[in-house]
Amino acid sequence: MNIPVRHATAATKLAIVDCDIHPAFRKPSDLYPFLPAQWREHMITFGEHLRQGLSGQLAWPRMSASGLRVDAFPEDGPPGSDLELMRRQHLDANGVEYGMLMQLSKGGMEERNLEFAAALSHAINEWQLETFVKPEPRLRAGIVVPQEDAAFAVKEIEHRATDPSFSQIIISPRSSDPLGHRRYWPIFEAAQRCNRPIALHVQGFSGGHASTASGWPTYYMEEHYAATTGMQNTLTSLVFEGVFERFPKLKIVLVEGGFAWAPALCWRMDKHWERLRIETPHVKRPPSEYVREHVWFTTQPIEEPDHPQHLAEVIEWLGWDRLMFSTDYPHWDFDDPQHTFKFAMTEGQKAKVFRDNAKALYGLP
Amino acid sequence: MKRQVVARAVEVAPGQCKIVNVNGREIGVFNLNGEYFALANRCPHEGGPLCQGNIIPLVQSDGPGHYRLARHQEFLRCPWHGWEFEIRTGQSWCDPKSTRARQFQVKVESGETLVKGPYVAETFPVSVEEDYLVVET
Amino acid sequence: MKVPIKGAIDCDLHPAPPSAEALLPYLDEYWRDQLIDRHIARYSFTLTSYPPNSPLSARPDWRQKSGLPGGDVDMIRSQALDPFGSRFAICNVLHGAVALFNEDMAMALSSAINDWVAKELLDREPRLRASILVPVHNPERAVAEIERVAADRRFVQVLLFAMGDMLLGRRPYWPIYEAAQKRGLVIGIHAGSTYRHAPMASGWSAHRVEDYVAQSAAFESQLLSFLAEGVFQQFPSLRLVLSESGFTWLPSLLWRTSKSWRGMRAEVPWIDRSPAEIIREHVRVTLQPVDSPPGDTTTLLRTLEHIGSDRMLLFSTDYPHWQFDGDAVLPDGLSSETVQRILIDNPLETYPRLRDGGQIGDNAASNKEAVR
Repeated sequence: MNIPVRHATAATKLAIVDCDIHPAFRKPSDLYPFLPAQWREHMITFGEHLRQGLSGQLAWPRMSASGLRVDAFPEDGPPGSDLELMRRQHLDANGVEYGMLMQLSKGGMEERNLEFAAALSHAINEWQLETFVKPEPRLRAGIVVPQEDAAFAVKEIEHRATDPSFSQIIISPRSSDPLGHRRYWPIFEAAQRCNRPIALHVQGFSGGHASTASGWPTYYMEEHYAATTGMQNTLTSLVFEGVFERFPKLKIVLVEGGFAWAPALCWRMDKHWERLRIETPHVKRPPSEYVREHVWFTTQPIEEPDHPQHLAEVIEWLGWDRLMFSTDYPHWDFDDPQHTFKFAMTEGQKAKVFRDNAKALYGLP
Repeated sequence: MKRQVVARAVEVAPGQCKIVNVNGREIGVFNLNGEYFALANRCPHEGGPLCQGNIIPLVQSDGPGHYRLARHQEFLRCPWHGWEFEIRTGQSWCDPKSTRARQFQVKVESGETLVKGPYVAETFPVSVEEDYLVVET
Repeated sequence: MKVPIKGAIDCDLHPAPPSAEALLPYLDEYWRDQLIDRHIARYSFTLTSYPPNSPLSARPDWRQKSGLPGGDVDMIRSQALDPFGSRFAICNVLHGAVALFNEDMAMALSSAINDWVAKELLDREPRLRASILVPVHNPERAVAEIERVAADRRFVQVLLFAMGDMLLGRRPYWPIYEAAQKRGLVIGIHAGSTYRHAPMASGWSAHRVEDYVAQSAAFESQLLSFLAEGVFQQFPSLRLVLSESGFTWLPSLLWRTSKSWRGMRAEVPWIDRSPAEIIREHVRVTLQPVDSPPGDTTTLLRTLEHIGSDRMLLFSTDYPHWQFDGDAVLPDGLSSETVQRILIDNPLETYPRLRDGGQIGDNAASNKEAVR
C-alpha cells in the first residue's frame, strides 16, 4: 500500500516540538524481554487486571481501528510501532525537532495488582528507551509510574532522573483518589526534586470511579467528552488540596484534555474559593494564579469554534505561554501542524506554541 | 483546464478508489456503480489524505436506537477525524454549509481520442476497444 | 448592577425545605407513624451539598436569628421578591428525601413536600411558582407523581439533581421526559448530589468547595447525555433548564461536541444537526452563579458572544445562596436588550406554564385545577 509522504515546503517548515506522540508495540510480546520471568509468565497467564468488563478491548469501541489513523498502519504492526514510518510520515514530514512520547498502556498506571504494576512500569520505561529513544534522538520518553503506589513511583522516578532521555513523569489523571490527595504527594515531591514536569494524559481506563459524577456514559461520544470533565476535576483537586502551594516548583502538563475549558474553570474556582476561603486556608492565592504558574496544556484535540477568532480570545485568557502544540500521532483525531490553527497568529505566538514553551518547560537544547 | 490520462477504467472497480498523481497533486478516482468521480486527496478540514479513508454507506436514523444504511459505497470517511464526504459531490455530510472536498471532472474516453500524458501507456496495448480514464484538472 | 425594570422572572429561588414535623400532616398514617416511631421526623433531611452554615448556603443578611434562611414567606417577599421587582419566582425546594435509598419513603416524602409547597408557599404568595420534586429511583412512580401534581399549573418544572445514580439522558428515565413534555413542564436539573457516585471521575474530593466547583463538570456530563442519547429528538418540544450550574463553560462544550460529532455521527445517527444548534434550541441556564472575573465586563461580554445565543440565560437570584452582594444581581455591562431577554423574555419563552393564557398567574386560586 502506498503511504503518501507529504513534503512541506521550506517556507512552511517550522521546527516544532510535538508534545504528544504515541509509540506502540509491534506485538504484545515486545514487552517481554524487559519483564522478569515471573512477570512475563504472569502477563501470559493472567494479563493486565483492569477496571472494566472486557479484556483487551475498550468498552466504548472507537470510531475507527481502535482510535488510530487509517493511513498510519505500517506493513507489520499497529500505528506507532514502526519507527521508520513514524520518522517518514511524521517526524520528518512535519519538521518535528523533539517529540514527547506518551506511553499509555502496559505501564502499570491502571493495573490493580501493584506488584505487577511496578514490574510493568520498569519494563515500559526500558522499552521506550531501547525501541524509540536510543535509535531516534528527537524522541523523549516519559517516566511512566503507577501513581497508586507512591513509594515505588518515587523509586522509579529517582532511578530515571539522571537520564535526560526522560523529559517528564507520566501518571494517570484517572486515579483512585483525586490527585490532590496527600497519598500522591511523595510523587509531587520527587518530581519537584528531580526537576521533571508531570504529564497527565487522558486515560481510557478507570482508576476505580465512573467517568462522570452520575455514572457511566452510554456512547463513545460522551466518554470522549468525559476526558475533559475528568481533567477539570483533577485540576480542581490539585488546586484546592494546596498541591501548588506545597510544591512551588511543581509543573503539570495536561495532555489531550483540551484547553478551551480552562479559563472558565479558573474563573469558577476563583469565585467560589473567595466565598468559601475559610474552608481552605492552605490555598493562599486565587486558583487562577496557581494555574497560570504551574499548569501547561497541549493543544490537541483543538477546539474549533464557528468563528476561529473566538479561540484566539480564549488563548489570550489562558496565556500564550501555557499552550504547547501536540499532534497525538497516530491517533484518529490527529492535528496537523500546518492546519491546526484557523486564525492568524503572530510569529511570536507560533514560536511559543509550536516550540519555545515546550523547550523551556522540558529544558530542551 | 488540463486533461490527463490517469488510469484505465478497469483499474478502478466499482466501490474502489485509485490514488493518482496529476501534476504533483494527488487525486483519488472512484468508481460508483460504473460512474467515475475524482476528489483531491486532501481533506478540507486539516489536509489529511482523504481518499485513503474507508468507502462507506450513509448511516441514517429514524430516532434514538434506530440505525439504517443507505447509499452504499457513496461516501468516504476521512482517515483522520472521520468526517464523512459524499464522493459524488465532495460535500461533507456533517456541515453542508462549510466544508466541501475539492472535486475534479472525470470522463471516460475511448482509446481513439487519447491525449498523451505522463501515464506510461507503452506497457499496456492500446486499442480502440479499451477505455481510459481521463482527469481534467 | 441592579434590576432596572419591573417584572423579572426569578428562575431559581430556594425557600427553606419543610421540617419533617411540618410534613407529617401531608403523609398517610403509615409514614406518619414510621417517621415518629423511628425518630426519622427528628432529622432535617439536609443535603450534604448545602451545609446550612456554609457561607455559600446563605448570605449573612438573609439569615435570621431563628429558623432557616428562606424559611418564612414574609422574608421571601421582602428579601427575594420585592427588592428585584420580580413578577414570578420558581421555588426549587432542595429537600434531601430523594437521597434516601428506600424508594417508597423517598416517594412518600417527595409527594408530601409537593403538597406542602402548594399550600404553604404557592397559596400564600401569588408570585411564587414551583418545581415538582421527584426521586428518580423508579421512573414510573415519578411519572405518577408528576401527573398528580401537574394538575396544579403553578408547578412549572420537574426538579432533578445534577449528580445522581445514572446520567439523566438514559432511556430508563424517558417516561419522565415524556410526561413533562406532555404536560408542558420544563425539566430542571439543579446543582446538588445524592452522592451515589463520587463527585469526581477520580473519586472523593476532600473539600466542599471542590464538590461545588465540580458541579459544572457534572452538568456538562448531563448535557452530553441528553444530547448523545437523543432525548431532544425523542421529545422535540422538551426544554431543559440547568439551574445553579454556571454558564461560562458553555462555549467550550458547544465547540468540542460539535467538532467530535462530525467524526462520531455514525454512532449516534439520530443527531441530525450540530450539537451546538440542538443545545441552543433546547437548553437554558439560570444566571447565578456568574462565574466570570468580577468587574471584567469585556470578558463576560466576549463569553456571551462565544455562547452564540441570547436566548439561553434565565434570570435568577439563587436566593438565599450567596452569589452576589446587595442588589447587584445582574453583571455590569449588559445592554438593555440583553437585560430584557434575561429578566423576562427568555424565562417566559422557556416555561410554557408561565404563559398560561389569560391567567398568567396573578390570581393564585384560579390557577389550581386540583388540590390534594
